[in-house]
This record gives sequence, C-alpha cells and structure tokens, in this order.
Amino acid sequence: MSDLVITKNIHEKDSFKIENYLKHDGYKASARVCTTLTPDQVIDEVKKSNLRGRGGAGFPTGMKWSFMPKDSSKTKYLVCNADEGEPGTFKDRLIITRNPHAMIEGMIIASYAIGAHVGYVYIRGEFFREARMLEFAISEARANGHLGKNLYGTQHSFDIYVYRGAGAYICGEETALLNSLEGKRGEPRLKPPFPAQVGAFGMPSCVNNVETFAAVPYIITEGAQKFAAMGTEKSGGTRLYGVSGHIERPGVYELPLTISIRELINHCGGVRGGKKLKAVIPGGASAPMLSAEDIDVKMDFDSLMKAGSMAGSGGVIVIDETVCIVEMACILLKFYEHESCGQCSQCREGSHWLAQLFQRIENGGGTMADLDTIASLCGNMAGQTICAFADAVTGPALSSVRKFRAEFEQHIHQKCCPFKKDHKHIGHKASSVQGVPGVTHV
Amino acid sequence: MALSETIKNRLEKMRHQFPTEQALLIPALHFVQEEKKFISGESIKEIAEYLHLPLAKVREVVTFYTMFNQKPVGKVHLQVCTNVSCWLNGSPELLSCIEKRLGIDCGETTKDGRYTLSEVECLAACGTAPAIQVNEDYYEGLNVERLTKLLDDLDTQLAAGKKDIGCASREEFKIGV
Ligand SMILES: Cc1cc2nc3c(=O)[nH]c(=O)nc-3n(C[C@H](O)[C@H](O)[C@H](O)COP(=O)(O)O)c2cc1C
Ligand code: FES
Repeated sequence: MSDLVITKNIHEKDSFKIENYLKHDGYKASARVCTTLTPDQVIDEVKKSNLRGRGGAGFPTGMKWSFMPKDSSKTKYLVCNADEGEPGTFKDRLIITRNPHAMIEGMIIASYAIGAHVGYVYIRGEFFREARMLEFAISEARANGHLGKNLYGTQHSFDIYVYRGAGAYICGEETALLNSLEGKRGEPRLKPPFPAQVGAFGMPSCVNNVETFAAVPYIITEGAQKFAAMGTEKSGGTRLYGVSGHIERPGVYELPLTISIRELINHCGGVRGGKKLKAVIPGGASAPMLSAEDIDVKMDFDSLMKAGSMAGSGGVIVIDETVCIVEMACILLKFYEHESCGQCSQCREGSHWLAQLFQRIENGGGTMADLDTIASLCGNMAGQTICAFADAVTGPALSSVRKFRAEFEQHIHQKCCPFKKDHKHIGHKASSVQGVPGVTHV
Repeated sequence: MALSETIKNRLEKMRHQFPTEQALLIPALHFVQEEKKFISGESIKEIAEYLHLPLAKVREVVTFYTMFNQKPVGKVHLQVCTNVSCWLNGSPELLSCIEKRLGIDCGETTKDGRYTLSEVECLAACGTAPAIQVNEDYYEGLNVERLTKLLDDLDTQLAAGKKDIGCASREEFKIGV
C-alpha cells in the first residue's frame, strides 16, 4: 500500500480545523516554498512529480503553471475549480469538508510559483455548507498568517476569496467558469487565447481542480520523486476515487493509479448483494462506459484511454445486471440536454436529438436506423464545438450502443423495454418526450 | 423599493475582491434569493441599478443559472437528485412518494405555499445516494421510510412556524458572508 497523500488524517475529529492540520506539519511546505525556493524551482518540482490535473482532462500541472507569463506586469489570478458537477463525482466535497487546508496550502504554493496575489475558489452553488466551511478555513488560515500580505516575512502576498456558482454544470469547464466568475452567463470561450494568456477579468489565469491543489503540499514535503514513484511512468501520486451505484461500500477511496477496476470494486466490497456486474462508468458520466469483460484495465489516465474510456473525474459508477442500459443512457442524455449552454448548434441540437432518440428506443418506438443516426450525430458533435461538453455527451451515447448493442436491438425488435421495470417513474423530463421530431436530415 | 441594507452591506464587503462591479452580480442574486426566495422583475431592476448594469445583463444571467428561481417557491424547496447514482439507488421511488404525499408534480408548489418539488441534477452526494436538498441542507442515504420521517419532521417545523428551515449550516459556520 502506498502512502496517502490527501486522506491520511481525515478520520480524526475536526480534521477540517487548522489546529489539526498544523499538528500534522501543515503549512510547513508553503512556508518553505516562499522562503527558500524560487518560483521556477517550485514549478520544476511539480513537473518532476508527474502530477496531472484531477478535474477531468489530466493535464500535467507543472506544465500548466509554466505557461503563465513570467515577466508580465499584468495582474495574475489563481482559480480553484470546486464546481464538482460531473455526475458520479463527489471527492472534492470530501476534501473541502475534511481537509480544506491542504487545498489552501496547495493554492499558496501555486500562487507563489505563478506570481498571483489573488485566488478564487469557484464552488458550486448547491454547496451552501461546504462554502461556509471553506470561508471558515480561509479565515483560520488568514488569522494564522498563511494568507495575507508579506507571507512568512517575504515579498509574496496572497489571499483567497470564495465565489459561489448557481447551478450550471457547464461552469465546471474552465472558461465557462471564468465567465461566470466575471458575473456573466457561464458560456465557454473560444480557445486560443488560453486562460494563461487571457483568463479571469482579461488577465493571465491558472485554473486547477481542488484535488490537484490538495496534492501539492505533499509533493513539496515528501519530494517529487516519492510522489512520482507512487503512480505510473507518466502520472504520479494516488487518486481519490468516488465509488457509487451498485456497490457494497460506496464512498471516496484514495488508492494508487495502478489499481484495476476489478481490484477497486473488490476493495469496496464487490457488487452490492452479490449481483452480477453489468457495466462500469470509470470517470464520471462523460467517461465512456465499459462492460463487465473490460474491468481488468488499470485506472490510470493512459490505460483507460487505451481501453476506449477515460479517467475523467475519478467518479466510478458501478451498474449491476438488473439495470436497463438504454434507460440509464436516457437519464444521462437528459442530463446533457438540460445542461448544454446552447452556444454551438451541434451541441444544442445534438444533445436534444440524442435524448429524444434514446427515449424513443427505450419507449419501444426505435428503429435500427436510429442506431446509425446516433453514431452519425455523435460524429458531428465531438471535436466540433467551442468546448469539450459535446465530446462528453458522446461518451455515454456511443459507448452504450457499442458495448450493449444487443440490448438496444432487443428494445427495437420487441418494441418495448424488455426489462421488468421497478423504475417506472423516470421523472417529468422524460414524460415530455412524445412527438419525436425527424432526425434523418442531420 | 431598493435592495435591503443587509444585502448592500454584504455586497460592499465583497467589492474589494474583484476588479469589476459586474462580478458582484451573482453574489447579489444569491443574497436576494436568500431574502426573498426568488428573483422578481423588481429585484432584477434593483440589482441592475445598484451595480450599474443594463437590465438585459442581469436578466440573461438570472435565466442561465438553474438555482435562481424566477417564480416564488414554497417555504420548503424539496430538490430531488434524479441523476444516475441516485437513480440506481431508488430516487424514482422517493420522487413518487413525495408527489403522492403532497399531491403535486415536479416543478409545482402546494396550494398552501408550503412545499415546492423539483428534480435536480447530480448534487455530488453520489456515495450516499439517493440525496435530496431541502432548501440549503443535504439529506443523504434516504429510502422511503427515512424520507417519510424527514417529511413528517418538516411538517412539524412548518406548523411551529420555524424560520430558516433547512439552513442548518448558517448557524454552524457563522463566519463569512
Ligand atoms: C463540460 C465540462 C465540465 C467540467 N467540470 C469540471 C468540474 O466540475 N470540476 C473540475 O475541476 N473540472 C471540470 N472540468 C475540467 C476543467 O475544464 C479544467 O480542465 C480543470 O478544472 C483544470 O484543472 P486540473 O488541471 O487541475 O484538472 C470540466 C470540463 C468540461 C469540458
Ligand atoms: S447522482 Fe445524485 S448526488 Fe450524484
């Protein structure tokens, strides 16, 4: 078992309080960074650690920090993405409520590395309690001299403000987040320019996920080598897996990146009630689903990519044999239809049509041609839009048909859902689907 | 009518955090909703005026974010997560249980103005699914039995005229805005 980076002390009483964090040598890394290292040394150390972003895309963190302009007189901003909206993901909430100071310390270190004096934590609006806990933790850090002017007696000043979102999944996308932070609609921006050039309020900005920041103090304290050695060749450290669905012991688990899906499921007590496994969504709703035969794949970014899925946000959803995959895909696609910001026609129309098509098949009105339409629709969405949301929609749409085609065909041939349904009520969003518009003229 | 002094004070306390005035828009909307439970046309005007923004800019933001209620909601807003992990764990049963008990469909408010029922997307509580948000508070790991107890309890609180139902963390963490 490798060391725990983030969750080692979270089971202690009041683990979120600063006394507890300080007791475990908290804020020593930020002090050492500010007083003894240069910004470039910090970036180098993070590069060597092979830390990759935990928000979904897995971008190398040290490299992202190095993109920030060095000799610019412009104000720079550091932004923490605590929007946590990807269905099946609930690990940032654990960090915020149990170990917020690790995230704050990671932000201090990052601010020093990129030369930012202001940081924002963009937290999803539904997290009322979490936002208050975060305000509490930030005020503790301020009172203890870890935020504010001339930190640790140096020239470096840094403070953090909490900004609450208001219920829009798309605001997790970093440029939509930046627009939202500016008090606008959360519509993603065209890139380039990237946030490192033109970010929050038009200034160079660096956006990282909660878990990414929370891993940084460990890297400084224990050394990049140790962190890198815990992971794979290209990806260092451990990861927080949020395991939910039909699993015996759901929850957040900090485990090595090298664990396989099978091992992870076993670690969590297996499929609930001893039922047979049918499918796994390994990295939040947008990650293409895998079938029970695929679960020997390891959970690191590259292995899952090779298996045709993605590590995404670390939200692992376990689905047992009783579930109708078509019905589940309907739930997911309705989510995307609801959350598309509507800027790009491919995504706005495509997510709507997909939701309708899947519902038609589920209701028994589908045809074999619909399956081809799904594939061609997805082909016209992925990679064709301002942001990766459209790609995300195609994850569940394409993978469900690819991995469980027989089940779709069964619905089509039998003209009904072959699953005895104990899930009769699928909500009002579903019941509105009646007249399905023609989708042949895509 | 103008924005309340409390709201103005809260906004002024935040002003130094941002380089633009528009950044205060979403906080302002949150504060108004906390006070009035929804964002009326009147409130939109007040906010626009206070932050020197065109009306359309405020309106387009209000309509973008699902948390901003554009019509009045009940004293207790039941928000049932029906996304995938909650669905796998029985959220449809919870939804029908509430609908039957209150005699309303999703998106509706009871005639007495006590309850509004909504369906919401993933609340990031999937490990303790199914989850419901009651005003501000999360209730997790529910089943029909526990839900019934919760609804009984909410009935009692409403009957007793309790203020700030479902807002436990306001007392728990007093610091901040
Ligand atoms: C549709 C969409 C939703 C996203 N939601 C989140 C989110 O909720 N939280 C998050 O940290 N990143 C999210 N991301 C990824 C961010 O755009 C960005 O890559 C990330 O915050 C960068 O941080 P990292 O490098 O530390 O991972 C989302 C991306 C897309 C396309
Ligand atoms: S699916 Fe309901 S909280 Fe995530």
